Amino acid sequence: MNRQAMDCLVEPILTVRGLKVSYGKVAALHHVDLTVGAGQIVTVIGSNGAGKTTLLSAIMGLLPSDGKIEFAGECHARVEVEDMVVRGLTLVPEKRELFASMSVEDNLRLGGFARFAAGKRGHETAMAEVFQRFPRLNERRTQLAGTLSGGERAMLALGRALMARPKLLMLDEPSLGLAPLIVREIFHIIADLRDTGTAILLVEQNARAALQVADYGYVLETGDVLIEGPAFELADNPKIAESYLGIKSAT
Amino acid sequence: MDLQIALLLAQDGLTNGAIYVLLALALVLVFAVTRVIFIPQGEFVAFGALTLAAFDNGKLPGTVWLLLGGAALVLLVEAVAARRERNNQRLARALLFYGLLPAVVAGAAWWAAALKLALPVQIALSLAIVVPMGPILYRLAFQPLAEASVLVLLIVSVAVHLALAGLGLFFFGAEGSRTPAFSEAMLKFGEINVSGQSLWVYGSSAVLILALYVFFSRSLYGKALVATAVNRTGARLMGIRTSMAGGLAFTLAAAIGAFSGILIAPITTIFYDTGFIIGLKGFVGAIVGGLASYPVAAGGALLVGLIESYASFWASAFKEVIVFTLIIPVLLWRSLTTHHIEEDE
Ligand SMILES: Nc1ncnc2c1ncn2[C@@H]1O[C@H](COP(=O)(O)OP(=O)(O)O)[C@@H](O)[C@H]1O
Ligand SMILES: [Mg+2]
Repeated sequence: MNRQAMDCLVEPILTVRGLKVSYGKVAALHHVDLTVGAGQIVTVIGSNGAGKTTLLSAIMGLLPSDGKIEFAGECHARVEVEDMVVRGLTLVPEKRELFASMSVEDNLRLGGFARFAAGKRGHETAMAEVFQRFPRLNERRTQLAGTLSGGERAMLALGRALMARPKLLMLDEPSLGLAPLIVREIFHIIADLRDTGTAILLVEQNARAALQVADYGYVLETGDVLIEGPAFELADNPKIAESYLGIKSAT
Repeated sequence: MDLQIALLLAQDGLTNGAIYVLLALALVLVFAVTRVIFIPQGEFVAFGALTLAAFDNGKLPGTVWLLLGGAALVLLVEAVAARRERNNQRLARALLFYGLLPAVVAGAAWWAAALKLALPVQIALSLAIVVPMGPILYRLAFQPLAEASVLVLLIVSVAVHLALAGLGLFFFGAEGSRTPAFSEAMLKFGEINVSGQSLWVYGSSAVLILALYVFFSRSLYGKALVATAVNRTGARLMGIRTSMAGGLAFTLAAAIGAFSGILIAPITTIFYDTGFIIGLKGFVGAIVGGLASYPVAAGGALLVGLIESYASFWASAFKEVIVFTLIIPVLLWRSLTTHHIEEDE
């Protein structure tokens, strides 16, 4: 299945064309094209410093960028982060950015702030769903977010993002720094999210696990897309196996 | 000093202390959310009191013009931004909040000025005039500087204070005012008399503090303010606008400041620049709490009130000196303890 064929099959929720992002004079992304279809899981893999976080930050509106970003059928030159959230885009950043001195429950409630401010209700149902997905968070609902373990923090960040009921969920290395058992749990949850119809843009260094859950993948290297294709094809690609999967299996 | 005098001074100290507590809480709130050290807080105290005093004298308070002028400026700024964004919703919102609403308030004030209406109505009108200046000030002076350093924000804060104090002198003149007490009652508790106004101060402060507590711990908007203070990026990613949080914090601070002024106007003669000194004492309390802890700031502010009261008995000429000298050991202690925390990290 090639790029065009996939575009026809599902309505894209996110289309990025010719995205360029610079820090001062240094370009971190040169010319990135990327598409996420509705309900799809798309992964961007690449080593440290490839520009993955920069890509997500630019799409979210945290960084200024050149090029075209079309989300949910709307195209804006420079959007505020908060507007993107209202339109249904949620980012779980690499640093999680939890509210450390607030309880697990309050963190989750604030995840639904944009919906609440827009007059939408159903907070309690959303919270019940999150607790069902993450029973561990339910046990710790009154605990302060700053005192959670790394795995619990990753879950809270994910649960908080789900409270916004996003159309597209962007995850920046959700498995970073976690024990293998927890990594497996996190990827199980990501695979489960497919049933909710939420599209996911997953950024990972853990290429093997990412390509397993994803439908489509991009390999990013020093600010450019090196290869793209259906996830199973990328997983079988000898070049990728050598430079991304090989290293992983050796450690 | 016998017990009766001691109790009398305590009553005085607690009355002023309660006001300092309110101001300290507002300062901590504004700093936590916006990183602005809110020096103009005192002007809100003075404007609240003097606006009420003007109504009490059957005059139209000058703050009405300040409100209209400020609102017109914000309307202009917002209209330009809305036009650039081609955002009609934003334009409509600006027209409502910075066009229609201030005009209605000004109209009501103009109509009510000569009538000498009942005190609660005058208070409500005074608040309606002074409180909107909080978000107006934020929009004009601080929102454009949201990313600036604490020092730059402090410099702007001092400049705004000086400008507002000048405007206060222009609108209200140099002479001071006092307003009638909420209640002329005198209650006798055993040996000592407690004035009705003192009870009003205690009661209103307690209710206001309780209301703030409920707002921050129960409502989602309150939690959103706390979230912005805790982690601004995290809050933005949840769709909590920094400008919304800042505007809300300034609105609350303006309301607390203006209401504090209205509460003490029957006890102390208020001049256009009295608010500054009162605000500074709240600031001492806030510093004790490291501009971060609400309960410690409140305790510090109450202590400031009590120390001031006893100092005025023993060494009245030095009472301000004593109060502000208090800040030195506190800062020393603070800097030592903060140092240790940094070493631990
Ligand atoms: N705030 C910044 N200022 C300057 N350069 C940055 C900044 N953030 C990232 N970079 C640079 O941009 C490149 C891409 O970084 P990043 O997007 O964080 O990569 P990744 O997430 O794939 O590890 C790197 O070379 C990094 O050094
Ligand atoms: Mg990264």
